[in-house]
Amino acid sequence: MLELRNMKKYYNPGTVNELCLFQDFNLTIPDHQFVSVVGSNGSGKTSLLNLICGSICTDAGQILVNGKDIAGKKEFERHRNIGRVFQDPAKGTCPSMTILENMSIADRKGSCYGLGRGKNKGKAGQYQELLRGLGLGLEDKLEVKAGSLSGGQRQALALLMATMAPIEFLILDEHTAALDPKTAEIVMELTGKIVEEKQVTTIMVTHNLRYAVEYGDRLLMMHQGAAVMDCAGEEKARLRVEDILQTFNEISIECGN
Amino acid sequence: MALLLSVFEQGLIYGVMALGVYITYKILDFPDLTVDGSFPMGAAIAAVMISGGAHPLLTLPASFGAGVLAGALTGVIHVTCKVRDLLSGIIMMTALYTVNLRITGKANVPLYNKNTVFENKAAESLFGGALAPFRTLILIAVIAFGAKYLLDWYLGTHSGYLLRAVGDNSTFVTSMGVDKGKVKIIGLAISNGLVALGGCLFAQQQRFFDISMGTGTVVIGLASVIIGTSLLKKLTLFHVTTSVMAGSILYKACVAFALRYMKALNLQSKDLKLVTSVLFLLILLMAQERRKKVKANA
Repeated sequence: MLELRNMKKYYNPGTVNELCLFQDFNLTIPDHQFVSVVGSNGSGKTSLLNLICGSICTDAGQILVNGKDIAGKKEFERHRNIGRVFQDPAKGTCPSMTILENMSIADRKGSCYGLGRGKNKGKAGQYQELLRGLGLGLEDKLEVKAGSLSGGQRQALALLMATMAPIEFLILDEHTAALDPKTAEIVMELTGKIVEEKQVTTIMVTHNLRYAVEYGDRLLMMHQGAAVMDCAGEEKARLRVEDILQTFNEISIECGN
Repeated sequence: MALLLSVFEQGLIYGVMALGVYITYKILDFPDLTVDGSFPMGAAIAAVMISGGAHPLLTLPASFGAGVLAGALTGVIHVTCKVRDLLSGIIMMTALYTVNLRITGKANVPLYNKNTVFENKAAESLFGGALAPFRTLILIAVIAFGAKYLLDWYLGTHSGYLLRAVGDNSTFVTSMGVDKGKVKIIGLAISNGLVALGGCLFAQQQRFFDISMGTGTVVIGLASVIIGTSLLKKLTLFHVTTSVMAGSILYKACVAFALRYMKALNLQSKDLKLVTSVLFLLILLMAQERRKKVKANA
């Protein structure tokens, strides 16, 4: 369970450009929920993810994971039970290392990175099985460097690697935005499959309203640091793109976008 | 013959140092100037220990350990104090100059008629007779390749994977729940350990220590790494660490060649550093190393 309590975040405090993004922001995400977050640029979607992951610090308020406040913890400490996939496919893998080496690192997440052999023959077969599940033909490319893969392949691999080790939260930061429509579709289907399989609590930020409607069991629309729309369960299941499009247009017009 | 022998001897010694530079420059993408201080530190420790009558073999772990400490300190300055990479190296390099003077107590320590790693009873009985002229080279090769294989082994471990990952994509290391600062410190420590080990071997091969012997180490190291990784890249049968060592030998050969024909060009031995720099520039131009990056920033 993830709870944000009375969270405050200011940008450029003490200057003329001071911007209060979050003012007493509250959000509770129960276990195993898949939340899609939409909203216009500058509405605080990515900031929300960055605050949860510790990439930026809160100015006040609590971030509770299973009742424990993690606001004071460092970014890398928080990531021990958070898997994250970025918008930029290059961020999720190491370009000059092979797929096998990349997966070997991801596999050890949470345990000690000691002096044991990185390459493990027994594991290679297991990794191949996982790659086969992606359906992108990566299972025969274990010794290929991640940097030579296409954006879609890298993003699929990044998604797979983010969820290899046991994690509590999966954070998806516009992870299909940099992909062509067809590849985005494949990666999105894969996301749904993995989340279903692992039953991991997921927060997905997206600009694609259709994905937000089709996937997940809760939809959050952000606007100027607040959730202007929040529906889950039955209500979410009945939701259609046209319904949220209207709300979305209203808030966009308000901003002059 | 003597020239060829000394090219290989010094090439391999500088090769050990270049392995260290390879870690920082190529793997961590960290321009580390600490090496100009840690190389003579290894030499200073060797000189003091050997003058004091310690077993020469002990100088190897002692120098390596001291280098590890110096590198770790550079890392701490960079990571904990948040000082820019280049500046943290400069701070340590400058500080180490004094440290080295303090270790030896004077700017010059000759090591003639002393037992060294290469000149001692055990080594002489092992490689006597016809092998005697090659004794130093054989022992240097054993130590240098030992260091290379240890580094190769380390880079193949889980911890070594992280080291490679942090230079490649530090965001990825963070999202694996690992402190990237710690990984950088470990990398700098191992790197400078190897550099100091190179200095330790150098002092014993040259049979003296001089406080200024570290000046320009980083240039030699970078040149070796770039020759190894860019120019010799096509020799795929070589492992990259082997290429770096080969690069170092090739570089030493170039310098030796240049020195030999210096008289014809009216150059003197005091012009060595100029030759070194010009040679490095030529290598950079040939390798077209980082040209894209420079272009993007210019």
